[in-house]
Amino acid sequence: MEPTKFVYMDHAATTPVHPDALEAMLPYFSQLYGNPSSLYTLAQDGAKALDDARQRIADVLGCRGNEIIFTSGGTESDNTALRGAASALKHTGNHIITQTTEHHAILHACEELEKSGFDITYLSPDKTGLITPNQVEQAITEKTILVTIMMANNEIGTVQPISEIADVIKEKSSKLSRNIVMHTDAVQAPGLLDINLRELQVDMLSLSAHKFYGPKGVGVLYVRRHTPFLPQQLGGSQERNRRGGTENVPGAVGTSIALEIASREREASVEHCLRLRNKLIDSMLKIPGTHLNGHPTERLANNVNISFDQVEGESILLNLDFSGIAASSGSACTAASLEPSHVLVGIGLQAQMAQGSLRLTLGRGNTDEEIDYVLSLIPKMVERLRSMAPQPLP
Amino acid sequence: MPKYNAIIMDHFQNPQNVGEFEDADGIGLEENPICGDKTQIWIRVHDDLITDIRFKTQGCAAAIATSSVCTVHAKGMALEEAKSLSPNDVANWAGGLPRAKIHCSVLAADALRSAISDYEKHPR
Repeated sequence: MEPTKFVYMDHAATTPVHPDALEAMLPYFSQLYGNPSSLYTLAQDGAKALDDARQRIADVLGCRGNEIIFTSGGTESDNTALRGAASALKHTGNHIITQTTEHHAILHACEELEKSGFDITYLSPDKTGLITPNQVEQAITEKTILVTIMMANNEIGTVQPISEIADVIKEKSSKLSRNIVMHTDAVQAPGLLDINLRELQVDMLSLSAHKFYGPKGVGVLYVRRHTPFLPQQLGGSQERNRRGGTENVPGAVGTSIALEIASREREASVEHCLRLRNKLIDSMLKIPGTHLNGHPTERLANNVNISFDQVEGESILLNLDFSGIAASSGSACTAASLEPSHVLVGIGLQAQMAQGSLRLTLGRGNTDEEIDYVLSLIPKMVERLRSMAPQPLP
Repeated sequence: MPKYNAIIMDHFQNPQNVGEFEDADGIGLEENPICGDKTQIWIRVHDDLITDIRFKTQGCAAAIATSSVCTVHAKGMALEEAKSLSPNDVANWAGGLPRAKIHCSVLAADALRSAISDYEKHPR
């Protein structure tokens, strides 16, 4: 049976490229294709576009153009931030602080650093996914060189008090007269949270273009001036010797336009998503045996994450897909492992509840009609799957 | 998500033999402690044959579909043969499973075996 509609509710996974971003990118594929490192006019057009894109991003974020490094995506930005700072500071200490619910781009990089002699403290968030500035402060030792805490969680949408955490780090850093670098993975933030690097005291910040209606394969790593950092991708002198490799000019251009739009339309977008999100959450919680994962209010405006008793996430996802709805789940059955989402387990969910999770992440294109459509289907799907489940043991 | 074949998708969307018997001759429940999937199988037995069978499964598409496929093949089967069914047999009936889903076929085969053993321990 062909789906009658298509409803996309997986914006935390990726977003469609904004038409304006796409249009801005197109000339740099086949017409203005010069290598920005070359001397001739064709190449200099590319170099100019790259500079402009960098400055456009810096203007949105409230930093300098030369503090922006273009990468291949959020994962490279995260990996590079951690390795770049850790390797530059390894003579001053070997302790890194993070939390259990970070993205794997952070956690797996941390595990790798552990193998080369770094000690990692994995803070446990509370059951809503929040960690406190005090928790971070308590974890700091005389060996701490780096703290990385994400701005908002990709699965449960919990928004961390990142500004307060950064303030605590900077205070502690100056009290101990030693450099503790603060990094944040802000991949889920653009278009939903304000990022102002004039006020936010982070030293490094990661972004991924395709999460904010930019192209896939482009990331941004902000590295504040004077932050200890060693390049991790070696080659030419691109990106002021901080990341070798011919620049992705169309990607950078598209990213800058998409970020500008995301920032400009943020308030309207938040208002729109919030209203739809609350409608989804309120209605779904009326189904017996449902639980909201994450924080009720300190939560991204577009994130719904709900667990259903006695229902497995993949079964819901496939049923939604039959009806043309694209969503996501923390269930292991959707990945190539038996273990459910480390984020849901990290906030204390039993494996069973983590397996029954459904994530819907909204975007500016979603409508009331789509929400009603989804809400008309989910209760029936849940009921049917439950009717097929063995009764829980008394 | 893993790609499923047409047999799996068909049995997931239209599972056969879903339900339970109040007067079952044997009942078996198996749970995978790691992924949390559960399958329960009810059998009716006559002259050492499985004359009828029902199942309930809480789990992913593969867990539901393999349970359904397993019951379809087990219906009418001699107890001795059904006891020796392996997860591989179930996976083969289902037209093959993605590697990450092989454990799902274990559940159906195990639940059937435990229903038979329940019958043998307590013949009704």
